[in-house]
Amino acid sequence: MNIDIRKYYYGDIPEDKGAGGNGNNSSSKEYWPLWEVFIRSKQGIDHKHVGSLHAADAQMAIENARDVYTRRMEGVSIWVVESKYIHASNPDDAAAFYEPANDKVYRHPTFYDLPDELTHM
Amino acid sequence: MNTDYIVHLADNALILGQRNSEWCGHGPVLEQDIAITNISLDLVGQARSFYQYAAERLGSTEDKLAYLRDALDFKNCLLCELPNGDWAQTILRQFFFSSYQYILYQQLQQSPDERLAAIAEKSLKEVTYHVRWSSEWVIRLGDGTEESHGRMLKAIEYLWPFTGELFIPAFYEQTPLNKEPWQQRVEEIFTEATLPIPGQVWMQSGGKEGRHTEHLGYILAEMQYMQRAYPDCEW
Repeated sequence: MNIDIRKYYYGDIPEDKGAGGNGNNSSSKEYWPLWEVFIRSKQGIDHKHVGSLHAADAQMAIENARDVYTRRMEGVSIWVVESKYIHASNPDDAAAFYEPANDKVYRHPTFYDLPDELTHM
Repeated sequence: MNTDYIVHLADNALILGQRNSEWCGHGPVLEQDIAITNISLDLVGQARSFYQYAAERLGSTEDKLAYLRDALDFKNCLLCELPNGDWAQTILRQFFFSSYQYILYQQLQQSPDERLAAIAEKSLKEVTYHVRWSSEWVIRLGDGTEESHGRMLKAIEYLWPFTGELFIPAFYEQTPLNKEPWQQRVEEIFTEATLPIPGQVWMQSGGKEGRHTEHLGYILAEMQYMQRAYPDCEW
């Protein structure tokens, strides 16, 4: 069985490459889109990005994520989102975006004593 | 509970697990390669639980039961030993078998034999996922492209005559399994997959009592090679 996989990365995913399943393209040359996977490791903790995978639609993406990313009891909940819906900042903007924060140490909450019971800060 | 029956349950899981493991590194895409080999490992795990129980009763070991018996002693259903073929054939075999195992383990959960009931309860969670996964794929391929639909039709033609045996009790099976829920499940999924439901055909049987297809010998040759060439070797 030949399935063509072409990897798309952020920023170069064409608009017409929607998720499978809702498209009208039944050609076997249709590519499986890329999905980003977020796993919640236990109740009460936020979903963390763990990686990406290819799948024809959301249902398959969740099942693939279950098989690829939760084999060793890593999770209790899975989110998937098609990679093309992720909008990323431009690396060229790095200087303007991030460097101004360099010398503003007072923005860190380091002047407080945190109670020991407080985790996940 | 008849020990032959426990060995039969183990053989089913081991042989299908071994078959599925042949996909390791050859799956159509990475994610499905992992999915089918996960199922393989689930099945081998189930086989181990059953073999350990049978071995205690026989004064044997799980390894001896798995690696040192010959084809005539294996009591798995013929369906489990059939070749993988293409992805459609592997998927359909898994769907037929997992749907059967689902009903079987549900019934086994109620068994007065507590050990078997416990194994069934644990395994049922795995099988529930196998049924879900394989059903999705049957629908995907059946209701997919002309090519995938055609491959599913070929797989149905090949595998259907091996489904009858699942519900014909062997001498060691005490409670016959009701075929009705299995048939319903198949009809439901096939309808969604736009696949025809096969009518009455002549059904193959014999595997449960040791009369196998020529395929089983090749599986055992590969699976048992190490133990036979280097007796008692360990990892």
